[in-house]
Amino acid sequence: MRARPPVQDWAGDFDHLDPRWVNDPFPIWDELRKTCPIAHTERFMGVYFPSRYEDVRAVAYDTDHFSSRRIIVRETPPPPIPAPPITSDPPEHRPARMVLLPPFTPDQIKMLEPRARALCNELIDKFVNRGAADAAVEYAQEIPVRLIAHMLGLPESDGDLFRRWIRMVLEDGITDISAVIQASTEMQVYFMDHVRARVKKPGADLISYLNSVEFKGERLSPENVIGSLRLLLIAGIDTTWSAIGSCIWHLAKHPGDRRRLVADPSLMPTAIEEFLRAYAPVTMAREVVKETTIRGCTFKPGEMVLLSFPAACRDPDMFPDADKVIIDRKENRHAAFGLGIHRCVGSNLARMEMTVAVEELLERIPEFSLDGEVTWSEGTVRGPRKLPIKFN
Amino acid sequence: MSDPKSLKVRVDPEKCQGHNRCKAVAPELFVLDEYGNAREAGDGSVPAGLEDKAYLAKSNCPEFAVEILEE
Repeated sequence: MRARPPVQDWAGDFDHLDPRWVNDPFPIWDELRKTCPIAHTERFMGVYFPSRYEDVRAVAYDTDHFSSRRIIVRETPPPPIPAPPITSDPPEHRPARMVLLPPFTPDQIKMLEPRARALCNELIDKFVNRGAADAAVEYAQEIPVRLIAHMLGLPESDGDLFRRWIRMVLEDGITDISAVIQASTEMQVYFMDHVRARVKKPGADLISYLNSVEFKGERLSPENVIGSLRLLLIAGIDTTWSAIGSCIWHLAKHPGDRRRLVADPSLMPTAIEEFLRAYAPVTMAREVVKETTIRGCTFKPGEMVLLSFPAACRDPDMFPDADKVIIDRKENRHAAFGLGIHRCVGSNLARMEMTVAVEELLERIPEFSLDGEVTWSEGTVRGPRKLPIKFN
Repeated sequence: MSDPKSLKVRVDPEKCQGHNRCKAVAPELFVLDEYGNAREAGDGSVPAGLEDKAYLAKSNCPEFAVEILEE
């Protein structure tokens, strides 16, 4: 990665890859919300950063001026790599989304829960007697990889391959466009083989479902199937890995919350929603396609908007005591899964994985604490990438 | 002393994006369609004792799609 000049002015020259932003963005966002609620940078060929809930919401709802054809801020725009429906705008968005929704309803996801519980315990078995583990590497990251592979009918042993592509698309690819292109090409080839195999011999997996599903009498084009698979793989792994990791990070640092959850598991639903709010992992982006003005700030076509659901979720105008993690928070309209037509398709899956991961860990290892340096991912998805914990 | 007000919940189908929060906090008051989008159960009448859950559903909807009507 090229050396980047350090940021002197967050309002007019921010950089979301600056180590200070990566390690602890919250004070930066709090300051911006007060002094310059829509920040801007000339870096990355021009990006706006709304930090208030209301403005993030306005951008998310306004698909006329803000397009999803580019959803990641990069130094150079890549050739279009469609992953419908996340990269689609109306009117193409709706049919691509409708076909993806039925396999992700709460009832469908509930059926995966036993597999998730078994999987978590298999992972815990490997480190429980050691008294220490990297909860990000040995636990959090393995859960979504294996469950998505299970859903798609792909070998769980291909997890390393999936993680490599995700890193190339979401992290390396921000500054090195060739990484995005290479990962996309490799995924294309990988998925083509699996799609063809399922055409010959359909199974009970999501690839077979996408091959045969119809919307208003029409099947998806092969490009659409591959694009949606690319989306499910990339969006379903890093995100939940990060969310689970942040839950464990919080519980390692806050024994009071941890012991309260162990003593009263009925708090789990509100705790998970609060972790989603306080440590929302996903920042999307939009491309400005028509000039418009929000809060006196003019958005110029061709530039990008960093759509920070994490910053929106920390806005005190929307969430009282926004900087405090309150595991029994009753009213929580958090935006961790986005707002508007692009609400995360996998939100029920993510919630189930987070709940099961935390429950099983607390069941087996109720007392644990941090044991060394924690590192955080940069860019589109925020979560711990090294999370050493120790326990008795 | 006036009668306690009776409540009805309603999901605005134009606003609902299928977050499923209402169904999670008040399962008795909402149903989901095959896409996971919510609507009120029956005519939306809130049985006595479930008023708090109705307000909880409203205050947890990220899309502000849940409405409560007092009759």
